[in-house]
Amino acid sequence: MAVIPLERKPLTFAERTYLPQIASGLWTTFKHIFQPQVTLSYPEQRPAIPPGYRGVPTLVRDPNGREKCVSCQLCEFVCPPKAIRITPGEIPADQADRAHVEKAPQAFDIDMLRCIYCGLCQEVCPEEAIFLQNQYSLSGYTREEMVNHKDKLYELGGTLPDQHYKWDQKKTAAEHGNTH
Amino acid sequence: MFDFFFQLHPVIQGLAKGLAVIMVIFPLAGACSLAERKVSAWMQGRPGPNRAIVPWIAWIPFLGVFLQKLGVFHLMSDGGKLLFKEEPVPGHVNKFYFILAPALAIMPAFTTVAVVPFGAYFDAAGAAIPLVLANVDIGLLAVFAVSSLGIYSLILAGWASNSKYPFLGSIRASAQLISYELAMTMSVIPVFLWINAPGQPGTMSLAKAVEFQSLPGFWGGSWFIVLMPISALIFLISLFAETNRHPFDMAESESDLVGGFHTEYGAFKWSLFFVAEYSHMIIGSGVFVLLFLGGWNPLPWVPLSTAAQLLGITGLPLVVGVLSIVIFLAKVVAMIFFFMWVRWTVPRFRYDQIMKLGWQKLLPLSIANLLFYAIAIAVIQK
Amino acid sequence: MAQILFYAFALFTLACAVGVVVNKNAVNAAMCLLLALVGVAGLFVQLDAYLLAFLLLLVYAGAVVALFLFIVMLLDTKDTASRGFRKVSTFASVFALGLLATGVSAFALRGRLTTPNPNLAAAVGTDLKHYAYQLFTTYLLPVQVIGFLLLIAMLGVIVLSKRWEGLDDIK
Ligand code: SF4
Ligand code: SF4
Repeated sequence: MAVIPLERKPLTFAERTYLPQIASGLWTTFKHIFQPQVTLSYPEQRPAIPPGYRGVPTLVRDPNGREKCVSCQLCEFVCPPKAIRITPGEIPADQADRAHVEKAPQAFDIDMLRCIYCGLCQEVCPEEAIFLQNQYSLSGYTREEMVNHKDKLYELGGTLPDQHYKWDQKKTAAEHGNTH
Repeated sequence: MFDFFFQLHPVIQGLAKGLAVIMVIFPLAGACSLAERKVSAWMQGRPGPNRAIVPWIAWIPFLGVFLQKLGVFHLMSDGGKLLFKEEPVPGHVNKFYFILAPALAIMPAFTTVAVVPFGAYFDAAGAAIPLVLANVDIGLLAVFAVSSLGIYSLILAGWASNSKYPFLGSIRASAQLISYELAMTMSVIPVFLWINAPGQPGTMSLAKAVEFQSLPGFWGGSWFIVLMPISALIFLISLFAETNRHPFDMAESESDLVGGFHTEYGAFKWSLFFVAEYSHMIIGSGVFVLLFLGGWNPLPWVPLSTAAQLLGITGLPLVVGVLSIVIFLAKVVAMIFFFMWVRWTVPRFRYDQIMKLGWQKLLPLSIANLLFYAIAIAVIQK
Repeated sequence: MAQILFYAFALFTLACAVGVVVNKNAVNAAMCLLLALVGVAGLFVQLDAYLLAFLLLLVYAGAVVALFLFIVMLLDTKDTASRGFRKVSTFASVFALGLLATGVSAFALRGRLTTPNPNLAAAVGTDLKHYAYQLFTTYLLPVQVIGFLLLIAMLGVIVLSKRWEGLDDIK
């Protein structure tokens, strides 16, 4: 690549007084007064959240309303700031719609004062049970309020469409004698 | 009509005038701070303050919303907040000077108002009588002298705060203000050389300057900004420097000095600094308007007396007086808008650039300008 | 009324002047100096010498004392504040006191002040033109002499602050 030395033109007298430049700058700022506003009036107008946004981590249910988390605790282990606390629990055998799923969390707490919204929990979850969705505004008066418990997590998460219905597949497989 | 006022005891008159100054300048300065927020917002494509509203005004159909969007009530809420906030006094400060400094900032700002004429009316003989609280013959000198005392508030605030950023801010302020005072004083001398024509009584009154811009004829009627553009330019630049406004706000310089001299201040003491800054702006703009923009004359070459004749109100001194005040205030408001406009256009200078500009550019330029006009005026008025 | 005001201003000025001398804290002293100047300006105003009063404020109170403060703040005054009297300063103060006493006593004993012509005094005070005229005719010599004095001081400062060639390595 050739180096092209550029001869800088010496400034003219008008340029050295800066006054024409300041005048043109004043014109620019003046034009801005009449341009449309670029900000949102926040609580009334909300920004559109782009897909892939990493908001507050939440737990989701499958379209049949079943909780998907099996309390494998992978997310608890992967979470860098150790924001997640899970107490695993068993699922009683009499729940027909969840047959062949043995475990579900008894308690599931995410401390939002620790969470760094890294999304690793969503990445690692084998059941696609935890998602960082588009909740971006959360606040509380106390530290306790900032810990999201299981009910809150499910309330925030809601239901997401599911392609696999993994448990149904497991159930079918079990009913067919688990032959692979 | 106002004869009863002049029959009062002079002390009571003085008190009334002082109160009037406080009652006018304080809200004006507050309005300026609001205007600053609003103008800044518009220039940056934001709506600006538009939330606060008094309930029973919100009930008025359109006006209420309009006033709310204009942010008028933020003035009250700001004032209330600053009044009732806790007054922090850090433990490491020199208490006496720390508390004295904001008061010192206010005093010169309010004192100078007294000698700035803000309007005029015509008596029966057709002579213009300026409206001014104290019509002293050395008006401009008084403004310069008293406002130069404002520097002590900056110095003392910075020194008494006993911490680094305020100290640096006050050091910068003191050097900067002194540097630009010279150029500023030099730049207005041509105006007064012109006014003190042979045969006239010597004067430095601001009202006289306006009188000389309302004479008949092309040269008589033109504003001094046309006759002496360099003087006006130097005065304007020095005015920015003297009022510590962008791009010369080295004393505050919030990007490198946090808040400069008022870093350690809060609540009402801080707001006093603010009011002082805005009153300086108002008075500076007023002086600039009087000296270079024709004072209360509506247009160049159209003096107030002609305008009054055109409108047919020559015989009504009260109406003419109000008209002149409105014209004058409109010009001052335009100047203040200009201050804010420049704030968002020209970035802050570096400190050495400020010193260089003041001593190496403006001062020689103002001296050359003075020499030129001294010779020119001597030739013309011989 | 005028008498009372005069005494008030005079006392105020004197008190502040004493404050300048006795204050250990340099900033306090500078502020006292400022107040003393304001008091003197007030006295001038009483004499109807508005121009003089405001010039005093503009130049001395507005700029010179501000520079004093500027320097004072840059100095580290901690260790000099506690230092006692040295021989030179004692001698100088005694000498100054003697001069002052001589002056005051001479003035009190044999001072003859002619009552100034009130018409002339008023003219000098209020009419700028008259004032300027006097400055450039009657008092031309003192003005020039003082100008030279200031020039000498300025030259001195330039000499002191100039970095001389070859002395750079001292730093
Ligand atoms: S959310 Fe996912 S990763 Fe976490 S415990 Fe439940 S199933 Fe395992
Ligand atoms: S987003 Fe990151 S920090 Fe937050 S809970 Fe999930 S893994 Fe932990």
